[in-house]
Amino acid sequence: MTEPQNSIASDTDSPTGLDRRSVLRCGAWMGAGVLWSVSGGVPYSLGLLGEAEAATAAVAGPTFIQFSDSHIGFDKPANPNALGTLTEALGKVGAMKNKPGFIIHTGDITHLSKPQQFDDAKQSFGATRIKTFYIPGEHDLVDADQGKAYLERYGKGTKGAGYYSFDQHGIHYIGLVNVVDLKAGGLGNLGDEQIAWLANDLKHRRSSQPIVVFAHIPLWVVYADWGWGTDDGAKALALLQRFGSVTVLNGHIHQIIQKVEGNITFHTARSTAFPQPTPGSAPAPGPQLVPAEQLRDYLGITSVTIKRGNKALALTDRELSQI
Amino acid sequence: MFDFGRYPRLSLAVLLSLVAADIGVGLLIAASAWAATNQVKISNFTFGPNPITISPGDTVTWINGDDIPHNVRATGGGTWKCAVMDTDGTCDITFKVAGEFTYFCALHPKMTGKVIVKTDKTE
Repeated sequence: MTEPQNSIASDTDSPTGLDRRSVLRCGAWMGAGVLWSVSGGVPYSLGLLGEAEAATAAVAGPTFIQFSDSHIGFDKPANPNALGTLTEALGKVGAMKNKPGFIIHTGDITHLSKPQQFDDAKQSFGATRIKTFYIPGEHDLVDADQGKAYLERYGKGTKGAGYYSFDQHGIHYIGLVNVVDLKAGGLGNLGDEQIAWLANDLKHRRSSQPIVVFAHIPLWVVYADWGWGTDDGAKALALLQRFGSVTVLNGHIHQIIQKVEGNITFHTARSTAFPQPTPGSAPAPGPQLVPAEQLRDYLGITSVTIKRGNKALALTDRELSQI
Repeated sequence: MFDFGRYPRLSLAVLLSLVAADIGVGLLIAASAWAATNQVKISNFTFGPNPITISPGDTVTWINGDDIPHNVRATGGGTWKCAVMDTDGTCDITFKVAGEFTYFCALHPKMTGKVIVKTDKTE
């Protein structure tokens, strides 16, 4: 059963008729975005932009791209022009012959929730003419009304602070918000109301349907000391246990970390704005200053292949500077 | 003329206040000098000093030294808060009554702090 939030989805199901057992199993970072492909065939490892585009055609399945942590408005030494690097990455996507079906943005669209920053986001992503699905990061909710600016732009058809679900090509996508009502000393927070909604959203779905969940802060605990996890993420993941294929996409930590646990595969994405240190490698998280000429090495490209059945996972990093 | 010899081993802030009182300028300069001592610097996702101890009526100034925004929000049922502070942004909160006031950064909730307001700070 699909919730009313499906009105958010703009595309219709694929005429190629991929079966609902199809497993989301293949992805590649493009620029600072991640290209995902959905198919029932042989796994592919997609690579650089040109390779990824060719591979997309070969797969002949629907694809989407994940963007994260664009931090529009960030202008500190770690990247004085975050809008510029975002525009650069979006330009590569826009130039693709075989464009992805849609874009998922996993939050921190803006740096300070300012109207101009949201306007720049609208213009930048709009220029691709590719439908983009958003969920907020904590930086998107720091306006005086604590989220009103975000919801005015992206809240149509959503619940609560902006969570929703939709279906595409037989896959059920769920956008969760775990950056609201954070508790002192704690991690990300979904809240009981959202978890109850999730339970209801999943209740009548067949376990064979692939599920993609996206949220800003990792739903699993990457590094608690830096707040890189979600306090009640386990409650959400418990609801997903019965599904045969679950992919969880997160941002927030500005680097790639992956984990496979049972039928659930976790991925965190790089930022298009600036890198952050690896867990525990610095006194604190935050923008990592690297030489300007090396910035694109840190905003690099990673190809991901998740093999169906044996849960093996292959990861290949590629640098943006090599495109 | 102000007699510095009357006030050995005093801090600059105290001297400024005494100078102000001595020459009849008023308390504005003294208040500014005192306020400067009640700063909480945010650096590397940490509040410092933590806790900070002040007197009733004192103002605490938070200064964000990180290249990422932070805010301040009361915990334990309090409602006082600072709006988001970008790099070098500041926020002033005046604490009028004695007590212990805990707070955190609502963007990065691992960041927690406490303001202790005491009538006698030497206790």
